[in-house]
Amino acid sequence: MLLTILNLCIVVMLSANTIEVGKDRRGGTLRQAVSLAKSGDTILLYPGVYNEGNIIISRSLHLLGIGSPVLDGELKNELLTLSGHGIVVKGITFRNAGYSSMNDFAAIKVIDATGVRIENNTIENSSFAIHFANSTLSVIRGNTIRGNNKSEHSSGNGIHLWKCSQMLVENNSIEGHRDGIYFEFVTFSVIVQNRSERNIRYGLHFMFSNDDHYEANVFRNNGAGVAVMFSKKVTMVNNHFEENWGAAAYGILLKEIKEGTIIRNTFLKNTVGIFMEGSSRLLIEKNNFRNNGWAVKVQASCDENDFGFNNFFGNSFDISTNGTMMLNRFYSNYWDRYEGYDLDRDGVGDVPFHPVSMYGMIIENNPTTLILLRSFMVSLLDKAEKAIPSLTPENLIDDKPVIKPNRL
Amino acid sequence: MLKLTRYVLYDIIRSRVVLAYAVFLLLVSLSLFNLEDNPSKAILSLLNIVLIVVPLISMIFTTIHYYNSYEFIELMLSQPLSRTRILLSEYAGVAISMITAFLIGIGIPVLIYVPDAVGATLVLTGCGLTLVFTSIAFLASVKARDKARGIGSVLLLWFYFSLIYDGLVLLILFSLSDYPMEKFTLLLAALNPVDLGRISIMLKLDVSALMGYTGALYKEFFGSNAGVLFTSAMMVLWTAVPLWTALLVFRKKDL
Repeated sequence: MLLTILNLCIVVMLSANTIEVGKDRRGGTLRQAVSLAKSGDTILLYPGVYNEGNIIISRSLHLLGIGSPVLDGELKNELLTLSGHGIVVKGITFRNAGYSSMNDFAAIKVIDATGVRIENNTIENSSFAIHFANSTLSVIRGNTIRGNNKSEHSSGNGIHLWKCSQMLVENNSIEGHRDGIYFEFVTFSVIVQNRSERNIRYGLHFMFSNDDHYEANVFRNNGAGVAVMFSKKVTMVNNHFEENWGAAAYGILLKEIKEGTIIRNTFLKNTVGIFMEGSSRLLIEKNNFRNNGWAVKVQASCDENDFGFNNFFGNSFDISTNGTMMLNRFYSNYWDRYEGYDLDRDGVGDVPFHPVSMYGMIIENNPTTLILLRSFMVSLLDKAEKAIPSLTPENLIDDKPVIKPNRL
Repeated sequence: MLKLTRYVLYDIIRSRVVLAYAVFLLLVSLSLFNLEDNPSKAILSLLNIVLIVVPLISMIFTTIHYYNSYEFIELMLSQPLSRTRILLSEYAGVAISMITAFLIGIGIPVLIYVPDAVGATLVLTGCGLTLVFTSIAFLASVKARDKARGIGSVLLLWFYFSLIYDGLVLLILFSLSDYPMEKFTLLLAALNPVDLGRISIMLKLDVSALMGYTGALYKEFFGSNAGVLFTSAMMVLWTAVPLWTALLVFRKKDL
């Protein structure tokens, strides 16, 4: 009995073949190799340029590139289409995947799959780079994705996940796509240590995706920053949101977000650091807001959000809002504009701080008045409003502003 | 003319007011840079000095100097010298001494602590404002009959340029808020040298805020090379037109 099992194991192990594809190798073309390979086989792809059109893998194969072979789609085809389980694609350069206005052609498309690993690939000049649909438990790691698309409608997303669960997106670098990373109906997934830069629209775009976690990513110089919309229980830790400049560019745009956490992030030189609309029960703690136009814009439709232990340095406006209603809490933040005193020397200012300035309210009503920024007139108005508050929301105050910046 | 300017300069230095002005500016900027741990915050405070104190002192000093050297001017007029040359040498003397004081008081500390585009813009703006307000003050003092009237009108002008004008702009922007006002505000800003100076510094300081909404338009306009040229040209106009008018008035004035 034992011997039979052992024999079976050996048979299985022996049947996991390795097929070599490349110039002077016996495996023939990549298409032939894929159609011949059995489940569990490994295909080694040797250096060279392969123009073999769309290759479909539906068995659990390992496709490994040796010395970065190139799959070229000649701007006509989708390159790899994967479906099934346990497929690995590693170390391959994908180039010139096609564009179609009917289909979402991608360099690597994964449909109805589980346990797929896409690692250390380079994807250049494609509309969609990595496209997952209806998949679970997969890993996208260490890929370098460079698009060079000019307009929003003719371009796709770098890493596009639709209806997935338990995914890991780690250590990828994405540039020049429509959205760097796009999540729609993706749950229980993790995005770690990615760099998303210079994308036409959002660096990260989140829709209807609950219970996700993103940590230590860098989102820089994207057309509109990062958007997180219609999601619950999203945690964002240690991310950098930098230099997202423009009329509609935000470090993060939060729309209809519930019960999320935003901790220890850095917002540097964005037109707006955080823009919140219809969001509630968020915990926004220990973030650094530095040199932004507006550090935080809280619309009056937000409620029960907690802003605590954040540091505000050198922002043109700290907080701005569009109404007099304010149902959020501000506590123990450091504001570089705070002019109060601390008589008992417990590190907490004795006078509450009003982070919304009169001029901030004026600009909200009439954006053209931005031309008066930093004028004597405006500082007089702000001083007058501070003495006798009438226009700014009276309950938007930090009762316990700290005197020294919070250590993060 | 150079000889005359030299006499004017010598006279100004002997009075020590300009020296006090330079020392005052130097003390303010040094203490600001040493108090604030972040030089960009000190730049913000210096911005207020440049936009408010520099025009005020330039105007008041010019007016007082003009009336104090009235007898000297009369003496010169008895010589075979043209009135234009006399007034121009007076202007050159005052402007050179004020700019030197400004460069010593604010220029040197700024270029030591923040030697970047913001610092350079601040110093250039300060020099420009000094020239503009010295020339406006010459016009006011040539026109006014006595010292009290001269200083009064100069104070009023300062008040108008640094405060009332912005209030008027705010009023106009609010009462016409239903109309597209972006282009019009550009024109409004050009009509006040203080606003022009403030905007050119602001473009370097608050780039992130200016990229939002209408700000992008302002940045596009004032931040481009054409905008820099436009700002400089407006500053030159603001210097030349009052000075030229002052010359016209002075030439025909019954002294």
